[in-house]
Amino acid sequence: MGSTSVNRRDVMKRAAAAGLLAVPAVGALSSCASGGGDENKAEKGEKSKKNPLGVKEDAGLTVYIFNGGYGDKYAQFVTDMYAKKYPEADPEQKPTEKIATQVQPKIVRGKPTADVVNNSGADQMNPGKLVHNKQVADLSEVLDAPSWDDPNVTVRETLVPVVEQMGRFGGRECYQLNIALTVYGNWYSKKLLEDGLDSSYPKTWDEMLAVCKKAKAKGIHGWSYPGGHPRYMFFSMYAMFAQRGGRDVTTAMDYLEPNAWKHEAVKEVFEAWEELVAKKYVLTGFDGTEAHTEMQTAWTKEGKCLFVPNGSWVENEAKDTTPEDFAMTVGATPSLDSGDKMPFGTLYSPAGEPFIVPAKAKNRQGGLEWLRMMYSKEAALNLFKEIGSMPVVKGAIDGQQLPSGTASAQAAIKAAGDNIVIPQFMDWYNELFREDFNNMIHKFMQGQIGPKQAMDTMQKASDRIMKDPDITKVKKA
Amino acid sequence: MPPRFTPERVRYDRRYRTLDKYRFIVGFLAVPLAFYALFVISPFLQAIYYSFTDWSGGPVANFVGFDNYEKMWNDDRFWDSLEVSVLLLVIAPVLTLVLGMFFAYMITSGGRHRRGRAIAGVAGSSVYKVVYFFPQVLSVAIIAVVWGRVFNTNSGLINGGLDKVGVDGPAWLGGDETLGLISLLTVISWSFIGFYVVLFSAAMGAIPKDIYEAALLDGAGRARTFFNVTLPLIWDTVRTGWIYMGIQALDTFAICLVMVPPHVLKVTPVFLYERFRDGQYGYATAIGVVLLLLSMAFSLIVMRVGNRDRIEY
Repeated sequence: MGSTSVNRRDVMKRAAAAGLLAVPAVGALSSCASGGGDENKAEKGEKSKKNPLGVKEDAGLTVYIFNGGYGDKYAQFVTDMYAKKYPEADPEQKPTEKIATQVQPKIVRGKPTADVVNNSGADQMNPGKLVHNKQVADLSEVLDAPSWDDPNVTVRETLVPVVEQMGRFGGRECYQLNIALTVYGNWYSKKLLEDGLDSSYPKTWDEMLAVCKKAKAKGIHGWSYPGGHPRYMFFSMYAMFAQRGGRDVTTAMDYLEPNAWKHEAVKEVFEAWEELVAKKYVLTGFDGTEAHTEMQTAWTKEGKCLFVPNGSWVENEAKDTTPEDFAMTVGATPSLDSGDKMPFGTLYSPAGEPFIVPAKAKNRQGGLEWLRMMYSKEAALNLFKEIGSMPVVKGAIDGQQLPSGTASAQAAIKAAGDNIVIPQFMDWYNELFREDFNNMIHKFMQGQIGPKQAMDTMQKASDRIMKDPDITKVKKA
Repeated sequence: MPPRFTPERVRYDRRYRTLDKYRFIVGFLAVPLAFYALFVISPFLQAIYYSFTDWSGGPVANFVGFDNYEKMWNDDRFWDSLEVSVLLLVIAPVLTLVLGMFFAYMITSGGRHRRGRAIAGVAGSSVYKVVYFFPQVLSVAIIAVVWGRVFNTNSGLINGGLDKVGVDGPAWLGGDETLGLISLLTVISWSFIGFYVVLFSAAMGAIPKDIYEAALLDGAGRARTFFNVTLPLIWDTVRTGWIYMGIQALDTFAICLVMVPPHVLKVTPVFLYERFRDGQYGYATAIGVVLLLLSMAFSLIVMRVGNRDRIEY
């Protein structure tokens, strides 16, 4: 030892002190580095008639697809198209359930590996933030390009107008493109309603209450509520706000205006639902993460309830439990009375499954070209065949044999005409829907709060977002 | 420095000797400490720096002073989540440690006195030891999913069992905060008890048998033996376990995220995760810093409160 004596206890004491520093809880403080990105040159080729976007023929392409309810086969079809046109590019498709986890860090570092991303699912990157950080490319180039099937028509002209509307974040640019139409509303079994209950679809709230009363006499709940996912109630409520008070009400919600949620129309819609809840017409008890599936099984297989709040994916999702003669149908939200500002048939029908192209994608033109192919007639038709939802390409599924739910959704869109309403705030200020509305409506459906508190809660949340410097606001154009 | 080169002046100076001793220790620990500084300490410091910025995942992070902390102070959602986290921090360690200690004591010294031994575990204790440890082996995600099914309102194991005896079971994860908290505590304790059973069994196994024999001769029963012999002798382990469990309780993230629907209740780490998801990185790291301070404060308090004279044996 010489003159330096170190006894064991000293070493142990230090080790214990160092160990305390390694508090595991601060795993939450995991390291992220906010590196800037140097301008990397995107691959570009020559523009020509056959190649209007100027894709470099041998540049590699990476496509990230959210692998959820829709799977990724529909996208593989497009990736194969790309491979056929640019055999040297050798495009690669990566399905994942965790889009943000897989893609975002590289976008943050300014060196994205993805050239086109299906930004969807529970792990979705916040689109407003991506736009604010200038991390996504303007996709107007795709919309202005000649369409895949007919060079004399632009891509924009082949699509339903909501697509571009939903890609805008308060400016002229379009940062995300959706591919499928979703129809939200009140889903029911035509067979049960017309044969079982000898009624027709309720066009007013009074008729709705009457149908529910009839159902109750037969031991069936008129409505159902997936408690594990309270936000589903929005699907059957939103169009009613617009219907009752006109577009001003929903626009005010989008732009977080003071008292947007305090509007008389909002109150009346909540009151209507309150009555339905108070009369115990709603089937509850679906509380877990699988709540929607449980509810759909009770609805299709067990016939315990008449109406479910849902979107057009439900036909595909519930097909294993749906009887042959169920005749799944979607109905638009009932009017409250003749004082409504918009007619019965007003529909909440946005385009869904958003795609983005990272601003610094290595093969940005390739990403844009991939989207142009996605909007071709054949890819749109294939999309319909794979996932059963309606593509945004006009006339892509004309003449097809449609299952009853899709057919009724298409009929609802036709009937709605221009009266399509879309909650833009769901894209812009997602937490207002995903957290605040979700938490509030659960208390409401349980009868713990009434319309007044419901409106106050939502207004408070809207004001909080308005005041939050971390959230980029979309200004009214 | 080596003894040969040590100047005569300081060779027998106590301060120099102390310095020399630490130099020796640090010399051996230099490489691991450098690693630790690079991979643990530096991310901490970076995170603390980011908590003072408005970084949102882009290339720019502007310094905004205490704005994030101010926002946290005024954010009801944060306080709601903190309430849940602090409740867990207080209740979970007590629940888990008490049960863990009880089981460990039963395994090591709860049995009848067989074959003239002073202490023995209950019958089958070697099997119990293994069984208690099972939950530790499972991945947290699996635990959360399975228990989520168990608590299911309509088709869960618990309510199914209650139905059989004619009781209408409550909606465990259906929106009532107290029930949600009970469910969460149950799962956290269930998944950690095994670890503490093993830890305390080891600590109890190290206690010399002759102390137990003396207690037995003095006519102490099982409970008396536990409180007057076992507990004081394993107190250091209990305190360590308490701190560790408290930190685990503060860090309940995966179980809460996967098992409990967000509208029922949230713990602070889940709230933090949601802020990350919405691209409010600066705000999220600020919450992380607060969690760090909380765990530190908790550890120090327990160190202070639980400080007793060490008994050497």
